[in-house]
Amino acid sequence: MALLISVLEQGFIYAVMALGIYITYKILDFPDLTVDGSFPLGAAIAAVMISNGVPAIVTLPVTFLAGAAAGALTGLIHVKLHVRDLLSGIIMMTALYTVNLRIMGKANIPLYTSKTIFDNDFSNSVFGVFGDFETTIILLIILIVVKLILDWYLKTKNGFILRAVGSNDKLVTSLGIDKGTVKILGLSIANGLCTMAGCLYAQEQRYSDVSMGTGTMVIGLASVIIGTSLFKKSKFVNVTTAVIIGSVIYKACVAIAVHFLKNADDMKLITSVLFLIILVISMDKKRKVASEDA
Amino acid sequence: MLELKHIEKTFNPGTVNELHFFRDFNLTIDDGAFVSVVGSNGSGKTSILNIICGSIDIDSGSVIMNGEDITKKKDFVRSRKIGRVFQNPAFGTCPDMTILENMSIADNKGKKYNLTRGTNSKKEKEYKELLAPLGLGLENKLDTKVGALSGGQRQALALLMSTMTPIDFLILDEHTAALDPKTAEIIMQLTGKLVTEKHLTTIMVTHNLRYALEYGDRLIMMHQGHAIMDVRGEEKQKLELRQVLDKFDEISIESGN
Repeated sequence: MALLISVLEQGFIYAVMALGIYITYKILDFPDLTVDGSFPLGAAIAAVMISNGVPAIVTLPVTFLAGAAAGALTGLIHVKLHVRDLLSGIIMMTALYTVNLRIMGKANIPLYTSKTIFDNDFSNSVFGVFGDFETTIILLIILIVVKLILDWYLKTKNGFILRAVGSNDKLVTSLGIDKGTVKILGLSIANGLCTMAGCLYAQEQRYSDVSMGTGTMVIGLASVIIGTSLFKKSKFVNVTTAVIIGSVIYKACVAIAVHFLKNADDMKLITSVLFLIILVISMDKKRKVASEDA
Repeated sequence: MLELKHIEKTFNPGTVNELHFFRDFNLTIDDGAFVSVVGSNGSGKTSILNIICGSIDIDSGSVIMNGEDITKKKDFVRSRKIGRVFQNPAFGTCPDMTILENMSIADNKGKKYNLTRGTNSKKEKEYKELLAPLGLGLENKLDTKVGALSGGQRQALALLMSTMTPIDFLILDEHTAALDPKTAEIIMQLTGKLVTEKHLTTIMVTHNLRYALEYGDRLIMMHQGHAIMDVRGEEKQKLELRQVLDKFDEISIESGN
């Protein structure tokens, strides 16, 4: 039971981040490493705010905006200074490490006694009936709201242009729109989501650590790739739902692997090996499809 | 009216491949003209289009559109008054989006891309009426992703999309070169029809000398950054394929092709 709860909680939290990665990786075709810095940015801001008694709900919009600013900076470095996409992300990721350390003032902040978004008077009175699943239910609600907003956005005129930039930026130029501005916007939204996920993670784990962002990008990519390749042909599961399910499946795989190896220190190695396996399997699928076409 | 004045352009400056290509190049295109541009590979045909659209920078000279100097304007700003169709059918449409979504973003050119709904069901009928005359069956595939269409279907859609909103100039960059002869014929007929209906000032780069003769009221042959042939009006109507071919052979021998 504890394992199931932990998989669902972590799966839902990382799904918020994976939706951001979906925007950069799938829609914009931009390998954005900023997330390794923006995820702990959310944790850092949330930890400082909560330990200073700020109501937990306020941390969500604040961390989204902070992440959006970080993403916009990555975009500006790439678009205005013409630095390559991967390098722009690495520069921001490295810079954010110091920023996060400065925000927290030390390497980690525990939140054992503070009121978090999952454990406060209001949430306990409304969602207390779910017992051990209280946090899971609250996370699910937040996740669904984020998903629905993103679904709606991708169907607006503005969302159309964002989708067009990734798949054919020449068309966007032909329509009289600066593709650079659209990329910056996409990176802002994506990093806003990643930072918000970091904020949720710190509150669920009840601590924030400056190094907790390492490997975020890999987890997000794995979730996106699992989700989109599993439900590629499904008509009933739309892509954002697929990414969310991908995130939960990925977390389940990691939990099972850790359970058998009985050592959480192996986590990052498992993460990367799992990711490699997923990548190879999904590439194999593509190759088969390509050869069928020929 | 579109004017290129005293254009100077050196490709690969500072390398062994340095090439001072355009030397005092001048070109004026009158309103309502349909200009066909021909020439061998590397003659500068596509470079002219890139200079007009702002896809490549020039060293000196000026590009003037309707009396306004746009030399310093970015490509996307110039695009607001220009429709462009590329040789590669993939460049004019968005493969991950449906026909309806593609037409909707093209239809919105010049307006704000805000947070209102991207597609408008009231417009579907209008779009179907635009697609039906193509005879490609696209009007029944509004919800199909464009990536699933053939090159010819995509190019027809790209051509429609580039002319959906009011534009001053239509730029066609070898837009039939990647298509089979029959599809190319359909696309050329559609081009002729759209240009006449909408009175578009058009510049068409093509390798097909027959199209260059058949369509348009002015023919320019480029060679090494110069217009070595420029006929228009009645003279153009009298021009025969033989004459153009002879001229073509002449420059080909000269450049050792």
